[in-house]
Amino acid sequence: MIAKLKRMYGSGIEPLTYAGQNYMIVDRSLIPEILQVLHHQEQFDYCVDLTAVHYPQRDKQFDLVWVLYSFARNQRIRVKTQIADGVSLPSSVTIWPTANWLEREVYDMFGIKFDGHPDLRRILLPEGWKGHPLRKDYGILQQDNQWVQINLGIESGQ
Amino acid sequence: MTDQTTLSHLELEAHDKTYLDANELVINMGPQHPATHGVLRVILRLDGEKVLGLECVIGYLHRGVEKIGEHRTYTMFNPYVDRMDYVAAVSNGLGYCETVEKLLNVEAPPRAQHVRVILTELNRLASHQLWLGTHALDIGAITPLFYTFRDREEILKIFEKYSGARLTTHAFRIGGLQYETYAGFEQEVKNFTAFLKPKIDEYEELLTTNRIWVERTQGIGKISADDCVALGVTGPVLRASGVKWDLRKAQPYACYKNFDFEVPTGQNGDTYDRYLVRMAEMRQSVRIVEQAVAALPEGPIMAKVPKVMKPAVGEVYHSIEAPKGELGYFIVSDGSTQPYRVRVRPPSFVNLQALDRMCRGQLVADVIAVIGTLDIVLGEVDR
Repeated sequence: MIAKLKRMYGSGIEPLTYAGQNYMIVDRSLIPEILQVLHHQEQFDYCVDLTAVHYPQRDKQFDLVWVLYSFARNQRIRVKTQIADGVSLPSSVTIWPTANWLEREVYDMFGIKFDGHPDLRRILLPEGWKGHPLRKDYGILQQDNQWVQINLGIESGQ
Repeated sequence: MTDQTTLSHLELEAHDKTYLDANELVINMGPQHPATHGVLRVILRLDGEKVLGLECVIGYLHRGVEKIGEHRTYTMFNPYVDRMDYVAAVSNGLGYCETVEKLLNVEAPPRAQHVRVILTELNRLASHQLWLGTHALDIGAITPLFYTFRDREEILKIFEKYSGARLTTHAFRIGGLQYETYAGFEQEVKNFTAFLKPKIDEYEELLTTNRIWVERTQGIGKISADDCVALGVTGPVLRASGVKWDLRKAQPYACYKNFDFEVPTGQNGDTYDRYLVRMAEMRQSVRIVEQAVAALPEGPIMAKVPKVMKPAVGEVYHSIEAPKGELGYFIVSDGSTQPYRVRVRPPSFVNLQALDRMCRGQLVADVIAVIGTLDIVLGEVDR
């Protein structure tokens, strides 16, 4: 299957294996198409997870990772792409409705925007919070002091 | 906190409106509400007693577990995962340890794997018992709570004797187990399974044909198999909709492939079927525990793992069948002693997303039943 995709898209896809698990690094521009193909043609009907990893020293700071599963094949695959800070991605809510909350969480924690998401708001942190905690430049003791003082009426949450 | 939450996705299409808009009202439920099983806030849009749509507001219990993981060594982070789904802490630990073992390319010895299966399945029983007791209590049946808590106590005693803790057990270590089982462990587990089997019948006698229970659960909160797959719903909820899928069978981990057990499924995908599926699962768990105890091999309990763990650069996604569904860990290693990124794929979080779909068109009292039947733990939803 991966070989077929590789033939179709050439250098835009780099298939890799680590610890017996298949994943592929896909060029950002191919992402909408690849996700469609994986769902519609290759039966990856279950979007297990969507998450991101932050590498601040890189040019393209973020790794976006989709974990997909196919019930028919009993196979899992990860799709990875790299994007720069401030670059948005197309939402995959229309492909997998489950991506709704997952994309909201990625937005909340990393500040990555998804175009076409029906309701892109923070999900775990309160609306109005400043900062995206899972970015590497967000300290572990850091918080939005102003938000805490106004909304909780205390000096600090630490 | 001021309520500025927009109800954007609850805006109704013109043709959905019943022109009873005078009755349409938005009410708030929770976060402090006994039937939400924690701090879940639900904003309901009602037409009289009918639910037109709802929105979950979560995050009240957010502790930044994933961020903490990046600042702890692999070993130090192990106890933290127990605090996510705190009624099934052993499952959380199993998933985490196995994922790091994959990164380190080690495998726990057979004896450790058997003990892991025994404790994990006991934990599944405890989790389902807690679910049954509280779910029935929400719907108005008080007795099952006392029955299930009485019997769950026996499981917690085994945990306490083994690990020193009843809930957040930290039972497993990366590479196997730290502690050998205590004297009499096998006998106690055997006694317990013999003790529990008739008790499951007792729970069923209380509820399965109970008219009030059947009326309150049959046809309530229906969800089709296609919707489950689209929404990523896993665990007993998926199986109750007729999808025979269980990670213990589909992609066996630990030593589940050695044991003989069934994957129970339902047909209707309603609250009653989910109840039946979980009851059947409890019997299967008992079967697994019995087989695992009978086949418990001798030997070492810890694989050779370095004292200071520095997995090679790489990333691994591994998931297990937790009592609530697929619990996955995605760990990225940069070759240091601390994970570069730990992502937890929580079953409760993803399953909760289906609440809106399941409640639309139901009565407001059924929302309580559906929250109960989803079996969420807010510690895991919010992390």
